[in-house]
Amino acid sequence: MAKILLEMRNITKTFPGVKALDDVNLQVEEGTVHALVGENGAGKSTLMNVLSGVYPYGSYEGEIIYEGDVCNFSKIKDSEGKGIVIIHQELALVPEMTIGENMYLGNEQGRTFGIDWNKTYGEADKYLAQVGLKESSRTLIKDIGTGKQQLVEIAKALAKHARLLILDEPTSSLNEEDSQALLDLMLEFKKQGMTSIIISHKLNEIAYVADKITVIRDGATIETLDKSMDDITETRIIKGMVGRELSDRFPKREKKNIGGVAMEIKDWTVHHPLYSERKVVDDVSLHVSKGEVLGISGLMGAGRTELAMSIFGKSYGKKISGQLFIEGKELKLHSEKEAIKHKVAYVTEDRKGNGLILSNPIRVNTTLANLDGVSKHGVIDADKEILVANEYKDKMNTKCPTVEQNVGNLSGGNQQKVLLAKWMFAEPDILILDEPTRGIDVGAKYEIYCIINDLVESGKSVIMISSELPEILGMSDRIYVMNEGKIAGELNAAEATQEKIMSCVLKSSKGE
Amino acid sequence: MNKEKVASFFKKNTMVLVLVIVALFFTWQTQGRLLYPQNINNLISQNAYVFILATGMLLCILTGGNIDLSVGSVVCIVGAVGGTLMVKQNMNIGLSILLMLGAGLLIGIWQGFWIAYRRIPPFIVTLAGMLMFRGMSNIILQGYTVAPMPQGYLNLFNSYIIDFFGGEGFNFTSLAAGIIIAVIFTCMRFRQRMVRIKKGYAVDSLISDILRCAVISAVVIALMWKLAMYKGIPNILLWIGVIVLVYGYITSKTTVGRHFYAVGGNEKAAKLSGINTDRVYFLAYANMGLLAAVAAMVTIARLNSANPTAGDSYEMDAIGSCFIGGASAYGGSGTIPGVIIGATLMGVINLGMSIMGIDANWQKVVKGLVLLAAVIFDVETKKNSR
Repeated sequence: MAKILLEMRNITKTFPGVKALDDVNLQVEEGTVHALVGENGAGKSTLMNVLSGVYPYGSYEGEIIYEGDVCNFSKIKDSEGKGIVIIHQELALVPEMTIGENMYLGNEQGRTFGIDWNKTYGEADKYLAQVGLKESSRTLIKDIGTGKQQLVEIAKALAKHARLLILDEPTSSLNEEDSQALLDLMLEFKKQGMTSIIISHKLNEIAYVADKITVIRDGATIETLDKSMDDITETRIIKGMVGRELSDRFPKREKKNIGGVAMEIKDWTVHHPLYSERKVVDDVSLHVSKGEVLGISGLMGAGRTELAMSIFGKSYGKKISGQLFIEGKELKLHSEKEAIKHKVAYVTEDRKGNGLILSNPIRVNTTLANLDGVSKHGVIDADKEILVANEYKDKMNTKCPTVEQNVGNLSGGNQQKVLLAKWMFAEPDILILDEPTRGIDVGAKYEIYCIINDLVESGKSVIMISSELPEILGMSDRIYVMNEGKIAGELNAAEATQEKIMSCVLKSSKGE
Repeated sequence: MNKEKVASFFKKNTMVLVLVIVALFFTWQTQGRLLYPQNINNLISQNAYVFILATGMLLCILTGGNIDLSVGSVVCIVGAVGGTLMVKQNMNIGLSILLMLGAGLLIGIWQGFWIAYRRIPPFIVTLAGMLMFRGMSNIILQGYTVAPMPQGYLNLFNSYIIDFFGGEGFNFTSLAAGIIIAVIFTCMRFRQRMVRIKKGYAVDSLISDILRCAVISAVVIALMWKLAMYKGIPNILLWIGVIVLVYGYITSKTTVGRHFYAVGGNEKAAKLSGINTDRVYFLAYANMGLLAAVAAMVTIARLNSANPTAGDSYEMDAIGSCFIGGASAYGGSGTIPGVIIGATLMGVINLGMSIMGIDANWQKVVKGLVLLAAVIFDVETKKNSR
């Protein structure tokens, strides 16, 4: 038995009215990768916040034993001083600063007055090499992609002399390739003796990287699986998470009735809004039929979101050229309002940033895209609005006390349902869903898939952009693969496999 | 359960309670002089411009905590235009008023254009406006005060609604108006309640509805009683009432109003929901110009002159009232009734300290502290609810 580096004993944390953690136990062995899984709101992040001192000692019950000592952290600096470094899901980097400046932010090298820049950048470059990032530490953060930014976060943790690295959903905004690189990096660190805790929704990644898996459900530890003893499969983990076997992760559609072409675009080209000579979407032609789920796969930065937003009333990009046909008629959609009028909806990938008004109640968010639907001559019918909000709350099975609940207080899955409800109330014929299940738990995902199926069964068209290959394969009738702004391939659901999609991407990158 | 109800009641009505406490405090400190009919009357006429400007300022603040620094100067320049037209050119009063409103709207459109369609930060555009329009007022007036205003013009704002009953020393019209308003309010409230019950929607408990109607009716009737003991309902109260009702309706009941809140709550989400966000910004600032013109009309009537220093620091009173009245410094929340409470609170503090004979500089210190406290309160309660 290896040495136990960290032990959390009988941790109980209560918020007013809610018991977020109930007698949770966690043991992490030195030199292993330990995964923490559970549905949204199960208490994973709360547990890590207790560990890192975000919730100070005294605000919870139980004890933390790290390297044999009982620790009473009262702030994050205390835990970091011991080498416990947490990397949050939302990257905390300043875009206008260099990589080096970011890495030593709050930990500046040099004397009290006057920073030693040579030391800063020299040290930073060393750590960057360690994480395999081939960028100068003098590059600005805003000039590198999300995948590289994630590596900077890890390098930053190393610079703090981390011994226990906690990664909260590290791959949620990475594409498959970058995710794989990150997981391999974790395994590499493990060889060097580093201990890590990973929180993730992506079970295939967990199965790949973790030595031990602790499942948390409703604020309590359910079980800890050991790779050397238990047979770890995704189905096995899901069983622990939801407390039942989820035999089919993608609901089957009863009947498929794919009709005529609903929307078609031809020779669609979009330029970057700032660097207008750069083509973000390059000569794309595609179509979607009625009653069809069209999947758009591809790596992060392939131009999928940009394509969708440029179709949706030119809400992204400059110098947009090409033709757009809806029901065979050529249209020019100059604003979001016109797009909505012509029954096109775009459901954003960034529900918090671009989708919902977090400080407003569910009711207001539900009707926002179709206020005319609850008003007469510009005057809102308050009673009708409540009726509509409740109707969609029930239809989507949104879990909330009332529709007057602020959206910011809901879990990710329920927020996503409100966002979908908003667009369904706008009564579109063509829905573009951008990463519709990002960062939400298995149960909520299933419900969203069911809603998508209901939509296409009623004759609507769904274009689903997703970075998760199983989801694309499980849901789509037809798949386009995008790479570097171009369509790299078109596959039928029957013939598509993960390998085929990836090979489309690779071939297109090589320019074949 | 009950504890929660009480807590949420206090949270919702904090500023009303603060207003009551402050009013009681000054009544005590001034041996009741604060509530003399003449002082109540002064409270309204002295703060008329604050009510009007704060209403417009709320719309600007709703769009994302944006403020309009130029309103004081706009009041001055519109006043200068009006004064010059009516006194020097002897222009017809009605036409002059139209021209003043036009001038204010034009200034609002100018600023709104740069803010909405060219995306110049409102702070910069209105700071520039503050300097420009102050300078232009001086140029128009050539540095002199224009006075006196024609009597017909003054009557529009400074006189009182005539008493149809011709009571001696007591204006029965005023009291009657108070009772009628209270009855109409109560009836509307209960009609809405009936409709909701009929349709099966949730309603507040009967007791709380009755209490609410009783309190509001009592306040309205008491106010009108006090005014009746002086000279009756001042015309200016009608002007304020109309503006408050119209904007209260727009912000709470219409789609346009909802758009303001949406843009302040999350501009990107609002845009992707098909809301023309540029137009929302434009409307906020164009409308601010229009209401600044109304405030200018009130101001030159009250001063009985147009002078180059009129409207100085009015923008601060308006902004302060909004934040004290619960508008969020980040935009997206705040109501017209809240702003009216905020403006009244500022007015009561001013009046109370003036009656007590407190030095004007100390008054500024107190007002500054009240503003800071209100915003701290707003930010802290938001933190807790997250």
